Amino acid sequence: MALQDKDRIFTNVYGYQPWNLKAAQARGDWDNTKALLARGRDAIIQEIKDSGLRGRGGAGFPTGMKWSFMPKEYKPDRPGFLVINADESEPGSCKDREIIRHDPHKLIEGALVAGFAMGARAAYIYIRGEYIREAETLFAAVAEAYDAGLVGKNASGSGYDFDVFVHRGAGAYICGEETAMIESLEGKKGQPRLKPPFPAGAGLYGCPTTVNNVESIAVAPTILRRGAGWFASFGAENNRGTKLFQISGHVNKPCVVEEAMSISFEELIDKHCGGIRGGWDNLLAVIPGGSSVPLVPGEQIRHASMDFDGLKALGSGLGTAAVIVMDKSTDIVRAISRLSYFYKHESCGQCTPCREGTGWMWRVMERLRTGDAAVEEIDMLQEVTKQVEGHTICALGDAAAWPIQGLIRHFRPELERRIAANVREAAE
Amino acid sequence: MADRHLEADTPELRARWGGWSFSEANVAKAKEIVARYPEGRQRSAVMGLLDLAQRQVGAETQTQGWLPIPVMEYVADFLAMPIIRVVEVATFYTMYNLVPVGRFHVQVCGTTPCMLRGSDDLIAACEKRGMAPGHTTADGLWTFTEVECMGNCASAPMVQINDDNYEDLTAERLDGILDALARGEQPKTGTQEPGRHTVEPVGALSSLTAMVGENHDYRGEW
Repeated sequence: MALQDKDRIFTNVYGYQPWNLKAAQARGDWDNTKALLARGRDAIIQEIKDSGLRGRGGAGFPTGMKWSFMPKEYKPDRPGFLVINADESEPGSCKDREIIRHDPHKLIEGALVAGFAMGARAAYIYIRGEYIREAETLFAAVAEAYDAGLVGKNASGSGYDFDVFVHRGAGAYICGEETAMIESLEGKKGQPRLKPPFPAGAGLYGCPTTVNNVESIAVAPTILRRGAGWFASFGAENNRGTKLFQISGHVNKPCVVEEAMSISFEELIDKHCGGIRGGWDNLLAVIPGGSSVPLVPGEQIRHASMDFDGLKALGSGLGTAAVIVMDKSTDIVRAISRLSYFYKHESCGQCTPCREGTGWMWRVMERLRTGDAAVEEIDMLQEVTKQVEGHTICALGDAAAWPIQGLIRHFRPELERRIAANVREAAE
Repeated sequence: MADRHLEADTPELRARWGGWSFSEANVAKAKEIVARYPEGRQRSAVMGLLDLAQRQVGAETQTQGWLPIPVMEYVADFLAMPIIRVVEVATFYTMYNLVPVGRFHVQVCGTTPCMLRGSDDLIAACEKRGMAPGHTTADGLWTFTEVECMGNCASAPMVQINDDNYEDLTAERLDGILDALARGEQPKTGTQEPGRHTVEPVGALSSLTAMVGENHDYRGEW
């Protein structure tokens, strides 16, 4: 059954109505938050666990379980921190921006609820530097929440003190990685840390820290109000809830839309995006979860279930649900090569396989794009992606490898055709 | 990253920027930023202060602003941290300009989602006006950079110029915006698609229609 408007969490996602506190309260935000907190830490975490919410930032780790990793005892010399990842930079992803500029109070209320549940004393919202106007809205919304006594000392009259701060980034994709984000918050280069220790043990300033995506936090108050059963009534087993999908590329009407998890790709596109540009026969391939997941050929994805397990079964992933659609006019090798350039540009330079490998992979991809390569180099490139994947501190190396692996897996004939055409041209 | 470099630390640079400091208003803002972090953790404010400094330099030079070495030294002093730690941060994050820039920093997103929607045309439109990657035009008006994904993929292609985004662009629409900026006008920001509000599907809405006309409260239907 299609998702109804009454079951959408982000009702102001398009910004037709004001983002301010008064308007947000009229839509149901900050409605007796004190009572939500009065349920207690354990009950809140249990409700989130029962809802089946999995992290919306890409990895899909169960959110309630993540919160439960924080220490149960509060130590004044080692306060806990909630860090909210608003460093949305994965190519294709553009949902946190809509939450922040149109529904910021859902995020701020979520910060209080989540922070309370995990025993944190403050939340830092790390917003990417390029979201300049969005950050202005967020700063203003936080100020409204302080002025109304909703956060700060005795937040929402709960007796709990909780601060919310906004930290602006300055242009570095890598800061979306949780430990790089913590480094950046400490005023350093955003280079990921080795784990362990994990942030829940020693994170920001060496204190217990949980890093969550904006969407994961912003849906929490609604889940508590409507109950775990309501949220879990959407989506397939293990893939529960509603989700903001972001559809870009060659559809007739690109958009951001909240839908039930596990909706079929075909329904998502036909219902909200006006279909594929040039019709379904014109669909070439789809990158279903943001740039770092492997592409899926059009004929395979049409009836796929848009969730973690459904896309994993196709050798790809849901990621952030950033759906990049490519029709048959696309130069598929260039589309992937441009992503290789992105990862080369964004490698933080800490680990050699990534620092050297991303540039190497991009250069070979550019030669494959023009066909100026030998057929054996396709296998060599595949081999290099395997040498980068899994051999770096963070997942950027993997993210650089996967799109290329997906291209070779599904479009090897196209790569070979270009090489053959190039050889033929040279002979003529 | 390696293609970025610091402006040389010359006597001329020292003569122009030596002794630079925050304006009174920015000292207050800087203190407010530092106060967001725990006692003794003022170094966390370095990103915010570099942004503030770049903006002040921008206002002083009628450009987007940049970070001469003496300005970074001032920030290092302000936060009681070694200058090299400030330089490390300034060189790591791409939004800090390390060399002088023009009045408008035209940042065209060229990553795949924008590329699929025609960012090549936008880059060509910029080049047609004499802009080149990493360069500032002779009239000091435009600095052009092809940047990586800016997170506006559902309203691609897009350009960020100083603090504002212009989305759903075509070469003609971008030309109109650049012409307006050159005339000293402020063009409409956000989507340039007629009839589109933000990131909803163009035309008839596929969801949340009640929100268009009123601040609808759905709780009664739960």
